Amino acid sequence: MMKNNVYALEIKDLQVKYGVIPALKGISLKVEPGEAVALIGANGAGKTTTLHAISGIVRKAGGSVIFDGKDISNSPAHEIVSMGISQVPEGRGIFSNLTVYENIKLGAYLRKDEKGISEDIQKVYDLFPRLEERKTQLAGTLSGGEQQMLAIGRSLMAKPKLLLLDEPSMGLAPIVVETIFRTIKKINRESGMTILLVEQNAQMALYAAHRAYVMETGEIVTTGTSKELKANDEIRKSYLGLH
Amino acid sequence: MKIKLTKPVLAVVFALLLALPLVTTNNYVLHIFISMGIYVILSLSLNFVTGFAGQLSLGHAAFYGIGSYVGALIMLNFHVNFFLALIISAVVSGLFGFLLGLPTLRLKGDYLAIVTLGFGEIVRLVFINWAKVTRGPLGLPGIPKPTVFGVELNTSMAFYYMAIVMIIVTVVIMNKIINSGIGMAMQTVKADEIAAESVGIQPIKYKMLAFVISSAFAGIAGCFYASFISYISPTTFIYNTSVTILAMVVLGGLGSIPGSIVGAVILTLAPELLRFLSNYRMLIFGALMVVMMIYRPQGFWGAGKRVKNIYKIKAGGGKHVGHIKG
Repeated sequence: MMKNNVYALEIKDLQVKYGVIPALKGISLKVEPGEAVALIGANGAGKTTTLHAISGIVRKAGGSVIFDGKDISNSPAHEIVSMGISQVPEGRGIFSNLTVYENIKLGAYLRKDEKGISEDIQKVYDLFPRLEERKTQLAGTLSGGEQQMLAIGRSLMAKPKLLLLDEPSMGLAPIVVETIFRTIKKINRESGMTILLVEQNAQMALYAAHRAYVMETGEIVTTGTSKELKANDEIRKSYLGLH
Repeated sequence: MKIKLTKPVLAVVFALLLALPLVTTNNYVLHIFISMGIYVILSLSLNFVTGFAGQLSLGHAAFYGIGSYVGALIMLNFHVNFFLALIISAVVSGLFGFLLGLPTLRLKGDYLAIVTLGFGEIVRLVFINWAKVTRGPLGLPGIPKPTVFGVELNTSMAFYYMAIVMIIVTVVIMNKIINSGIGMAMQTVKADEIAAESVGIQPIKYKMLAFVISSAFAGIAGCFYASFISYISPTTFIYNTSVTILAMVVLGGLGSIPGSIVGAVILTLAPELLRFLSNYRMLIFGALMVVMMIYRPQGFWGAGKRVKNIYKIKAGGGKHVGHIKG
């Protein structure tokens, strides 16, 4: 699968500052094509900032982001989307005053192929049948879980090469979280979508991802495969609540 | 409570409006209706940027004033035809909207409100202090009336019909934009800027567009006002006016075209209808607004929801028509 060691995403020494306060103190990570990688850590560790830096929403203070062999460190957000990175924002970020259908359709904002768009809308409906049932409803009237499904479905409409997921479990009931993560795993394993996932719920993140990086206060402190991390005593204690 | 805007209802309202000058020859009544018309355009234009694109502006009177002064000055000094002056006022006001938007539209919510508030004050002070051009507090008298093929349209009736035409044109244009891909993109920016960016929309572009269009329409209202009233002075384009326009938009229902019209009508009519209360009328008027906001915060016409779906969805799915253009 690897084309001459080209990573789907490679971050080198990435730094971000909010004013004078460093949010990312130089982090490096790699995601291979077809891989699902999780970024886990507590609140304020810099996970969301990392995603925002990749998708061009926050300005970088240093380091580089290389996507599919291209340096996108200084590209604006809308260009990054058109290159094939799609982000599911934290707190879902759906357009509550638009219908479910319009939300999904807007995911294909930068695409021009009418036929492909129609097919992909059907694929999203197949993945999340609830969305098809509610397509004419305003997105704001959906339940939290359905809104998360909608946000994921909308991101898929951009036909991304890399899907960034920001806290998909946030504010959802455990049973809904499981459904969402099962679908995330399915999207990765069945269609080979490369995924970078940010999550506080380490257990679910390690369930869906092949590998994970653990972040603390703007730095990466540990990394390994999900299996290794699940067996790591430190991780078990601090992030999985197991002893 | 909400009246459905079906074709017959619209036709009746329209017929009544057209017939009004034939029924009354009372200039006072027509005068109020024309002022109402100007405020309808102002509230529609503010609603465009605040209601649809979600950008709170507290300096709308500035664009109204710029349009007014530009229109008046070019008609007085260069004898430009009124209709050309309307267009020039729109362009200049729109340009000022663009220049103000350039550095400020990256600000959000309260910050944008404060900057627009400051801009409103700056513009007013320029009107007062740039005496060489604006004659300062003395204002500009003798602004000409429109002429069509050499005939001067100096009657209230003529202005009344012109106001109706201008409102119709404004509503049609705004309706077109709002129900297009551009309108859709504007709504996404209002709902969630980060989410909009995440699908590839550039929020700044649509905020700017909304701001410029809004300013241009305020400029048109200003030029029309100058010619109608024939005398303008800085006292018209004060903070109070910006707030009144905002009150019309909010009272009518944010993001609703009929709402903005109703809001402007009520807020122009109410002080007149309450005249019998003499000194207490503004007090009662204020109290009415407070009561209104407590019991109907979404405004008279704000359903809070968009009913219209710009894509036609066939039952059962399958075919998806329509494409969003940037």
